[in-house]
Amino acid sequence: MSGPEREIVFENVSKFYGEVLGVNRVNLSIPPGITSLVGPNGSGKTTLMNLMTGLLRPSQGAIRVLGVSPQQPETMFRFVGYCTQYDSFPRGMTGYQFVYSFLRLHGKAHAEAHDMAWHALERVTMTDAAHRKVAAYSKGMRQRIKLAQAIAHWPTVLVLDEPLNGLDPLVRAETIALFRTLAEEGLHVIISSHILHEVDAISDQVILLSSGYVVAEGQIHGVRTEVEEHPMQILIRCNHPSTLASRIFELDSVVEARVHNDGKGLLVRTRDPDRFYLLLNRLVIDGVDLESVAPADDDVHSVYEYLIGPDGGSI
Amino acid sequence: MRAAPWRQWSAQILAILRLDIKKNFLSRRGLWVYLLAFAPALLFGGHSLMMLRHERTCDLGRDSLIFAGVFQFFFLRLGVFFGCVGVFMKLFRGEMLEKSLHYYLLTPVRREVLLAGKYLAGVITTAVIFCTSTALCFGLLLWHFHPAIVQQYLFEGGGLGHLIAYVGTTALACVGYGGVFLMMSFLFRNPIIPAAIVLVWESLNPFLPALLKKLSVIFYLQSLCPVEAPVRGDFAFLAVLTQPTPAYLAIPGLLLVTVASLYLAARRVRTLEISYGAE
Repeated sequence: MSGPEREIVFENVSKFYGEVLGVNRVNLSIPPGITSLVGPNGSGKTTLMNLMTGLLRPSQGAIRVLGVSPQQPETMFRFVGYCTQYDSFPRGMTGYQFVYSFLRLHGKAHAEAHDMAWHALERVTMTDAAHRKVAAYSKGMRQRIKLAQAIAHWPTVLVLDEPLNGLDPLVRAETIALFRTLAEEGLHVIISSHILHEVDAISDQVILLSSGYVVAEGQIHGVRTEVEEHPMQILIRCNHPSTLASRIFELDSVVEARVHNDGKGLLVRTRDPDRFYLLLNRLVIDGVDLESVAPADDDVHSVYEYLIGPDGGSI
Repeated sequence: MRAAPWRQWSAQILAILRLDIKKNFLSRRGLWVYLLAFAPALLFGGHSLMMLRHERTCDLGRDSLIFAGVFQFFFLRLGVFFGCVGVFMKLFRGEMLEKSLHYYLLTPVRREVLLAGKYLAGVITTAVIFCTSTALCFGLLLWHFHPAIVQQYLFEGGGLGHLIAYVGTTALACVGYGGVFLMMSFLFRNPIIPAAIVLVWESLNPFLPALLKKLSVIFYLQSLCPVEAPVRGDFAFLAVLTQPTPAYLAIPGLLLVTVASLYLAARRVRTLEISYGAE
């Protein structure tokens, strides 16, 4: 497989619910790894995921998931798993029955479905509760059993709509580790999330959505660099911030330098971070003592705030 | 060349049957279907019980006419009809309301195969419930007669043939109404509307011209009933009398109506979208 056959491709995709816009003119190529969809409520994250998995049909445009149209579920769902945000289940089933029954729908024989179901339950640490009714599960357990059902058939594309909702911190960390492992195994993991610092920690790339439009896509750093109207902020920890401040204005691209409240740091805003880092290297060689240098707004949260706004709907 | 997918499809249909039959039979919301199906059994059972208590027996010929009337005017037109509304309209629409249909759509199952599986689950459920009820009613009708009379009626008087015909007609009613209501469930969100439309159409059947009669389920079912139910009442004179269609035409005719309904349903299911918020 090469090129589009290894990617999830949206070509000029729009979706309208009557006269209401879902997403508009989306062009995307999503490579393997963890891709996060970020945007406020109603920005089109779930619509994009539902289009990707054929639960919705595009009003215009075309979608290919590793070269297969979502309108061919019989082929596509051999390698796609989708954990939706719907917190509902077929009535009367235990967690095991839920995972097992839908593996049988894949055409798996009893023994194979049984083994695969147990393996999935182990991966989400739900074996202890496997024979309890789903209706008696906590929110976090329901979330995990949905995840087990989505990964049970070993998909190569995993779509997860708000998968961390309702999970306690420990399970949240375990689940994020599972996503990382899956991504390292070469899967496409598409996640939508409201929790920006987690998105930042786990994503290889992000897609920022606002009001049905893709505002930005790519690796966080790349996206941040392209936001030219907001100079990059860099926090430098040092013992003599005032001295440092007088030196760094050698560069035209530095627009602001502010001594940190504790007097042991300098917050710099620059339009050309690459040249700024070169200058810092020279200063270190000249004997200026720096404790640490770190970008202060090279993360999803800042990019989100710059591109979508501080309110960001209900985020 | 790819191998024929029949093996895969049949495995998937079996998996759907396993999921849906249990759900159909054990649904609390479906309890009224049982009540509807077994209400006539109470009628016939009560009648026989009264006869036994008073040590009386009725005329078997007259009782079989009464059975034919109850079967055609209550059992087929109301019992099986509304039972199928309850079961088949719920197969997809009910899952939409419970927000669980997407689990089926997120599996590598052709939408048409899913439709076939769910339809078969509906047919099996309704056929088991209503065929059991038909046989039970027939048994209860004969309960108070002397065993020798019953034996003679069943094995020499064509009674067994009648029983088989009634049970077969009930099963075919489930097949026919099932197809129609499954198709309707894709067109209407509220089951009352299609149920009313089909009910009016089916009730008008005796008064329709011969050609239009054939575009219904009840027309074929009535033709398959072993005993003709007496048509009386103020409007009986408006009924257009036609010769009953022979079974070799009635059964394919009914199946044709069913296949046409399922074809339309399959076209809809292929483009079905999940929008639970709109339900």
